[in-house]
Amino acid sequence: MSSTLNLLIGAALGCNLLALASSRLPSMIRAAAIQGTLLGLAPLLMDHEVGWLVALVAAGTILVKGIVIPYLLLRALRAANIDREERPLLGFIPSLLLGAAATIGAVAAADALPLLPEHAASLIVPGAFATLVSGFLLLIGRAKAISQVCGYLLLENGIYLFGMLLITATPLIVEAGILLDLTVAVFVIGIIVDRIQRAFDTLDTTKMTSLRE
Amino acid sequence: MREIGLIAIPFLAGAAALVWPREDSRRWLLPVAALPHAALACWLWFAPPVVETEAWVGFDSLARAVLPAVSLLFLACAAYGVAYLRIRADRPNRVFVSALLALLGLITLSLLSRHLGLLWIAAEGATLATVPLLHFNSTPRAFEATWKYLLVGGTGIALSLLGSFCLGYASLATGAGDLTFAALAAQGPGLMHPWVIAAWVLVLVGYGAKMGLAPMHTWKPDAYGEAPGIIGALLAGGMTTVAFVALLRVRQVVLAAGLEEMASRTLLALGLFSMLIAALFLLGTPDFKRMLAYSSVEHMGILSVGAALGGIGLWAALFHVWNNSLAKGALFLSAGNLRRAAGARTVAEVSGMAWLTPISARLMIIGMFVVTACPPFGPFFSELTLVRGALSAGWHVAVGLFLGCLLCAFLGMTRLVFAIVDGRPRAAGRARAEKLGESLGVILPPLVLLAAVLWLGLATPELLRESWSSAVQAISAPPP
Repeated sequence: MSSTLNLLIGAALGCNLLALASSRLPSMIRAAAIQGTLLGLAPLLMDHEVGWLVALVAAGTILVKGIVIPYLLLRALRAANIDREERPLLGFIPSLLLGAAATIGAVAAADALPLLPEHAASLIVPGAFATLVSGFLLLIGRAKAISQVCGYLLLENGIYLFGMLLITATPLIVEAGILLDLTVAVFVIGIIVDRIQRAFDTLDTTKMTSLRE
Repeated sequence: MREIGLIAIPFLAGAAALVWPREDSRRWLLPVAALPHAALACWLWFAPPVVETEAWVGFDSLARAVLPAVSLLFLACAAYGVAYLRIRADRPNRVFVSALLALLGLITLSLLSRHLGLLWIAAEGATLATVPLLHFNSTPRAFEATWKYLLVGGTGIALSLLGSFCLGYASLATGAGDLTFAALAAQGPGLMHPWVIAAWVLVLVGYGAKMGLAPMHTWKPDAYGEAPGIIGALLAGGMTTVAFVALLRVRQVVLAAGLEEMASRTLLALGLFSMLIAALFLLGTPDFKRMLAYSSVEHMGILSVGAALGGIGLWAALFHVWNNSLAKGALFLSAGNLRRAAGARTVAEVSGMAWLTPISARLMIIGMFVVTACPPFGPFFSELTLVRGALSAGWHVAVGLFLGCLLCAFLGMTRLVFAIVDGRPRAAGRARAEKLGESLGVILPPLVLLAAVLWLGLATPELLRESWSSAVQAISAPPP
């Protein structure tokens, strides 16, 4: 079981690098969507019985992160008529290198934290940290609002992956509540992106400069 | 049972607001929900229920020490909201009223949460409920502020979730996976220390961003500047309290794990840094609504220093939560009146408000003296208690810095407030002010809040002191 899960996490880490390296926004959104789908499968691969709530959480995650949100983002892209991240605040090659360094650093950092024996062989902790850092890099390194939303999605994916460690310990109702909250968060972000597009006629957040000290 | 009512009332009223057919009478749902909420909160405060240790939701001593303040603040805001929404009849208010009521419900739920996961869900929900409130005015600037709020607030809340997970994982070695704060604290030294440290750092950054501690405060001036005054009041007085209480609950677990030194050092550093940043920006900002945001950052710094000190400092911090909620409410509401009458917010554009809106301008001046801790108002006494506690603990340098920051904040705020109140009114402002005269509905709520702060300062009720003391006792480390 654990080796399948590790394979899945490895693929999710690949999606991080893909998202960091892509200058075209649709491919970045697709990378986040694939990662969301992969991580949605993760609860099914953990070493415990698959109850209906676990299956529901998995299905909900795949539906929301793999299909609904990417679809909404792609639609927003078409409406705004943009395709590329033209002037990223942090270049593509530097962000890719930083992302790779973060992955290595995450593996090293995970060694420093004491893990329970049943988690010692899994890549969950380093995978979660690396995904988190990649999300941060996108959040601070890109100028388009859509890219920042993708960064936020990656950040959430990392936390979701970390939550797998606790899936047996916490009541699933809590997990479900967290998932619901995160979903609503992304929807709200989506609505605001839409309003920004209408109010400013651009999705370039570097143009939003009226509030400065 | 009564606790459930406290949470249910606002949600039911919020749902009613969603389906309420008439635009002009929907605003009355605000006081309809706020009155029983405040009454119930006061009843619970007088006669606290017995809270079982393993309960997920409960009116425990920490909730008892802060929740009535937030409830009273909301009552004042609801009364103000009725008058405000009459003035702003041009904007649709369905989403605004229901989000405002949902916000009250979620704030209440967060304050009553005794479970790590539930607390996070409620706090995140409250953050999201704020979003439609922030861009009520629908200007491009309001959307810009909302975007920043979402990015910084969303990232902060994500980090606090990660921190909560770390804390949960820390308990797995010996615990059965019970994530109520009481169960976590009961494990004490059995918690895995590296994970507790990671959890504390992440939670401090996450909930610290929500509270507005520097350097995670950057969303605050924008959001408070662009949002209606009533929303600023609830954010500065209610949401910050939620984040502070969340930090106190996690701190209790960290203390039980035997890491008091680390918790108190980080809280002190963040608190003093926030006060410093706030004092510097208060000296420079030309905008009186952003000024209130920096003042809020300063007061969050004071709370953080109090929590760092523990014991008497924590007592002073809980006292200060009340002062902060009520005084910030009065200031934001009266600043909203000034802003509406003047049509602008900077020193360059606004002057002579003492002529245009005489009562609100006076309320603003008094409120300014209140938050800068002039006697005989409440903040003076809470800060005095804190300073005395810190001096007797031997924190001389910290106290020096603390007082220096307070002085700078005082200078900065008096400079700005008197600049907009004095002088000759602008012609444009004069025309606007005649149209938007001060009505009783927008003056009475801040006046009542100021009176309450004065009462807190002159004669702090014994019951309040007792509730703060028992809260301090409940969340401090047990004697070895």
